[in-house]
Amino acid sequence: MKLKKKVPVIDQGNSLGFWGGKFGGNFVPETLKKPIEDLEVLFNKLKKDKKFINERDKYFKNWVGSPTRFIKLENLTNHIGGAQIWSKVVSDANGGAHKIYNATVHCLLAKRSGKKIICGDTGAGYAGKMLSMAAKKFGLKCKIFMGAKDIARQQPNVKAMKKNGAEVIPVYSGSQTLVDAVSECMRFWVANCDTTAMCVGSTVGPAVFVRICGWSTSQISRELKAQLIDEFGAIPKKLKLYNCVGGGSSSFGFWNEFMDYDKRQVEFIGVEAGGPKKSKKHAAPLTYGSKIGILHGAAQYVNQNSDGQIEETESISAGLDYPGISPLHCFLKDTKRARYTAASDEEALSAYKLVTKFEDLRPSLEPSHAFFVALKEAKKLSKNTVVVINSCGDAYKDRGILEERLGKKYVKSN
Amino acid sequence: MLNPISLAFKKAKAEKRPALLTYTVAGDSSKKQSLDILKSISKNADILEVGVPHNTPVADGSQIQTSAYRAIKKGIKLNDIFKIVRDFKKFNKSKPIILMGYYNMIFQYGDNNFLNKCKTSGVNGLIVVDLPWPENKDFAKKCKKKSIYFIQLLSPTTTSKRLKKIIKNSHPMNYFISMLSTTGGKLKVSPREILKNYNRIKKINPKKEIVIGFGITEKTIGKLKSADGLVVGSAICKEITRSLNSRQNPVTNVGKLVKKIKNKIK
Repeated sequence: MKLKKKVPVIDQGNSLGFWGGKFGGNFVPETLKKPIEDLEVLFNKLKKDKKFINERDKYFKNWVGSPTRFIKLENLTNHIGGAQIWSKVVSDANGGAHKIYNATVHCLLAKRSGKKIICGDTGAGYAGKMLSMAAKKFGLKCKIFMGAKDIARQQPNVKAMKKNGAEVIPVYSGSQTLVDAVSECMRFWVANCDTTAMCVGSTVGPAVFVRICGWSTSQISRELKAQLIDEFGAIPKKLKLYNCVGGGSSSFGFWNEFMDYDKRQVEFIGVEAGGPKKSKKHAAPLTYGSKIGILHGAAQYVNQNSDGQIEETESISAGLDYPGISPLHCFLKDTKRARYTAASDEEALSAYKLVTKFEDLRPSLEPSHAFFVALKEAKKLSKNTVVVINSCGDAYKDRGILEERLGKKYVKSN
Repeated sequence: MLNPISLAFKKAKAEKRPALLTYTVAGDSSKKQSLDILKSISKNADILEVGVPHNTPVADGSQIQTSAYRAIKKGIKLNDIFKIVRDFKKFNKSKPIILMGYYNMIFQYGDNNFLNKCKTSGVNGLIVVDLPWPENKDFAKKCKKKSIYFIQLLSPTTTSKRLKKIIKNSHPMNYFISMLSTTGGKLKVSPREILKNYNRIKKINPKKEIVIGFGITEKTIGKLKSADGLVVGSAICKEITRSLNSRQNPVTNVGKLVKKIKNKIK
């Protein structure tokens, strides 16, 4: 299995949509074949269309707010005493997370295809919140599917979705988290694909959704590349890009523009959710060697039992609480372009404490996983190494969990 | 020897009626009960579809999901399902059985392993909901080698060009999804509209048996009588749930329901 140079990774799949011949594809009910094909044709055309790209860039700049900041975490750098520690503050984006890029592009595509309704899934609530914002902006009706357990633990985002006029549909099946929300959203699309567009909230699902999402979030690395050159005059000789990985949309977007660099110069480190220390359950299929299986239309490494039933996951971060992983990351893992590891719930919380103690930055629980591994490794790295962590979400949505786990002061003081 | 599925269609045609296909979930609400239900409905059903429960189904409505979760919760495994089929075939050898499920379970079992097990257990056909054409080409070929029908799904969204290609490559039986819906949805198009689509498909190759499924109940089945076969699934799962909730015996209740449905198409 080999990564090609000079070809965007999203376009490296074969004619059936498989990366490396085995990840991704389109394992979908017959009813969805046509809508997916229509979306493919539309996306392939528009991604080469200068007018469409200008339109996208206009909304990214004026509405999403680009570029998001690229800042040095001076205090943490001094405290850790190893590599230089930087952060790309993607949570600056309108709505407070990277999910806005994919949501905006899906709404632009829905408009072009003449659809009046858009449906989407959400775990942490960010994908749903951003889709509701974008749908409102572009005059589309919006339906968001969300696991009942996630609705209970991510209330601030639920409120935001409702305020934006979206209908939030609780999903009670299975583990009542993201995996069930995606299933229910796909089922809704099966029944309504004639009038409704679907937005899959991450780089998962049938191949075209993986591609659209990766194409959208790549905005992050386009900005970062320019910011690095601005700051250092060139891409640093030793650059390490840390990102949390759930479905994998923010990490893919954070890395995409650096794909062709030698990994000894630009290393990618993906941090999965290891779950509670004492629990056997996790959301880290790459780290813990899960087998290839099919979930939500795509072949990928996925937590499952020997019979092929998808296993329940457990993580403090709703946004990473997914048993599978993007086919793009499976591909990056097997081609050895990226390295994957996991952080536990407790480790993510400790990183959150450390970051908020030293910096005026409040990463949500998802990027806190990446911060943990980055800070641990930075200690052993040389001063000329540049470590960048994607702070892809803001902790506002995690208030309830942080208060419960760390006490009131961690919510108030920030 | 002709596949029992084809024989069942022949028999129904001789009686000038569509074949009745039922769908129940293996292991709902227990291994034994699901076997008893199969035995009970086999008196009136021509072909038995046996659902392989999966916990991330992307095309099933709430009734079938409920049945599937009930079965999974009781710990049903693929090997148990093969045993249910084997035990049923001891009871009634000629009644055709079709397994219906999602591809991941087959993939984990291994395509060849799975098909060998199907063959020795007496499975006559397979419907794999999320393995569409052309992705299913290789798998369908493997089925053919074992004389197991791989049943292609066709939908109102399937384009004419695609229909022709799928039918050309298909085995003797195909399954037309009546409308844009998950299983068990309320019939949102008229039976006339459904039959119009059905006839469009039938014309491509009249020799292929086409059954209609999704949204078919006791109330709607009578209006679709001109099809080669009709599938009732969610209505049966719903009856199992209702029986369990009211502490009645699902086996006798479902048996009665299927008899009633059969009478509507005689």
